[in-house]
Amino acid sequence: MKGSQTRPLWISLAALIVVAFAAPLIGSTHVDLKRAFAHVSPDYDIFFFARLPRVLLSLLAGAALSITGVLFQCMLRDPLAEPYTLGVSAGASVGAVLGICFGFRWIGLLSLAGAALVLSVVLAIALQGRRLSSFTLLLSGVTMNSMALAFIMFLNSIASFSQSFAIARWLMGGIDAVEYSTIAWLAMVVVPVSMVVTLRARQWNLLSVGEEWAASRGVSTGALTVFGYVAGSVLTGLITSLTGPIGFVGLIVPHALRMRFGADHRTLLPASFLAGAAFLCVCDTLSRTVIAPTEIPVGVITALAGGPFFIWLLRSRRRSLWL
Amino acid sequence: MSYRVERAAFSYGLRDASFELAHSGLVAVAGPNGAGKSTLLGIMAGLRHPYMGSCVYGEREVRDWRRRDFARRVAFLPQMFRLEFPFTAEQVVLMGRTPFGGGWFESPDDFQFAESAMRVTDTLIFRERDFRSLSGGERQRVVLASALAQRPETLLLDEPTTFLDLKHQISMYRLLAELAREGILIVSVTHDLNLALQFADRVLVLEQGRIAADGAPAEALTPHLIDRVFGVRASIYQGRLHYEG
Repeated sequence: MKGSQTRPLWISLAALIVVAFAAPLIGSTHVDLKRAFAHVSPDYDIFFFARLPRVLLSLLAGAALSITGVLFQCMLRDPLAEPYTLGVSAGASVGAVLGICFGFRWIGLLSLAGAALVLSVVLAIALQGRRLSSFTLLLSGVTMNSMALAFIMFLNSIASFSQSFAIARWLMGGIDAVEYSTIAWLAMVVVPVSMVVTLRARQWNLLSVGEEWAASRGVSTGALTVFGYVAGSVLTGLITSLTGPIGFVGLIVPHALRMRFGADHRTLLPASFLAGAAFLCVCDTLSRTVIAPTEIPVGVITALAGGPFFIWLLRSRRRSLWL
Repeated sequence: MSYRVERAAFSYGLRDASFELAHSGLVAVAGPNGAGKSTLLGIMAGLRHPYMGSCVYGEREVRDWRRRDFARRVAFLPQMFRLEFPFTAEQVVLMGRTPFGGGWFESPDDFQFAESAMRVTDTLIFRERDFRSLSGGERQRVVLASALAQRPETLLLDEPTTFLDLKHQISMYRLLAELAREGILIVSVTHDLNLALQFADRVLVLEQGRIAADGAPAEALTPHLIDRVFGVRASIYQGRLHYEG
């Protein structure tokens, strides 16, 4: 790794700082910062209890989803893998949908339980053999994902009309203002987990080439794969339980960065953390301002930005096959 | 360090193989498809678990080595190589230095070893190129450079010349023979018996998971053996094999 490779980090960090400071100031109503900091209503309430927590949540969610995207793409050696490929978020969704159908209040906790359940089932299936490979992980993860999605469809089919609407709304994903305490404990998980993941960047480099490649260069691939799956699932499960599934962030951000700056995880992981935070924050700001006071679900914005990107990616992938 | 393999077998491919290897030299492993060549090499590289019998490297069973310690001594070159992500050729070569680095960054030594490995494999010109944009043969040379950057005392290669043009096949084997003379043990799976005859110090021929012949190339690769194992009639003329229809 050379000095020039820190450039993407500075660019991502600059983008993040600009976005993080600008986003709370942008919105359907004008907020006067002086009045907000002087505790004058309504500026104070709008700034500190509607916008700021929402901006912070979008930053953490974007960072966590992008890091997980990088991780899963690397572990499965599949450029199309994303945080939702291995079933954890579908498990979280099952929890939430059950909560909606049976009228429980703690939907966040239920979806957290759903995520944990899928995580442990997938691990139990994949660890049956003596050595865990990305192949068994992929198969069991994708299977659990399909089963969870089928269960959601079933619940949706027996739900009442209003429940069905709530389910659809939840599955679109969206960022809402949450308590500062929630943001604090979320940050206390997301930041350290991302750091521990990033510290193993050189091992991810090897694993992203292949399991034998990594093993013959001194990596315990089974242990590393389990670690990556658990870390990514904890990040995704936590975020999904708060925001619902928000698509494409974990796909677009890693790919854009890889194309621009290369595949070295020592820059890719931290850059994805920073740029992912900035990207989702921008999308969420758009979602609450474009047709304000009506909100567009943020998953719609990321997907509308992501769809064309995805097609372009497929096209450039096809071109590279002929090179 | 060297290998002592006794009654090694695996659930597929290899049935029963026993041999000892010296500390250095170029050993060619030949045999028809499905004879167990890659499986044997995989066991020796510590990549096939669980194997039956015994495969000792140094004084320790291969399965008992710590991966990192093993990787500092033994380098392995896989048969197929595909990459999904945009690493440069130089980054791929530098990956060979991972077992030595304690930290996050490569050391000046790492860059130096990578550069000399790229020089001897004739790959310095691709340094900044995306690995995926290289041709099959160019990739194979970059991957060899990565293994050489590991500065191994033993180098295991699975069909290293598959995608190479004639010139680079010869220069690859010339390089391997030279490294072997310098004191590295090289075990290379190959289908090209003439390359084995010309460059190897020793040839192991596998047939249906067992050793069919083991010895100096001219002694092991007799027309009789080639007929029996490969089902091809051949004659040796001026030290080279000539195959008959």
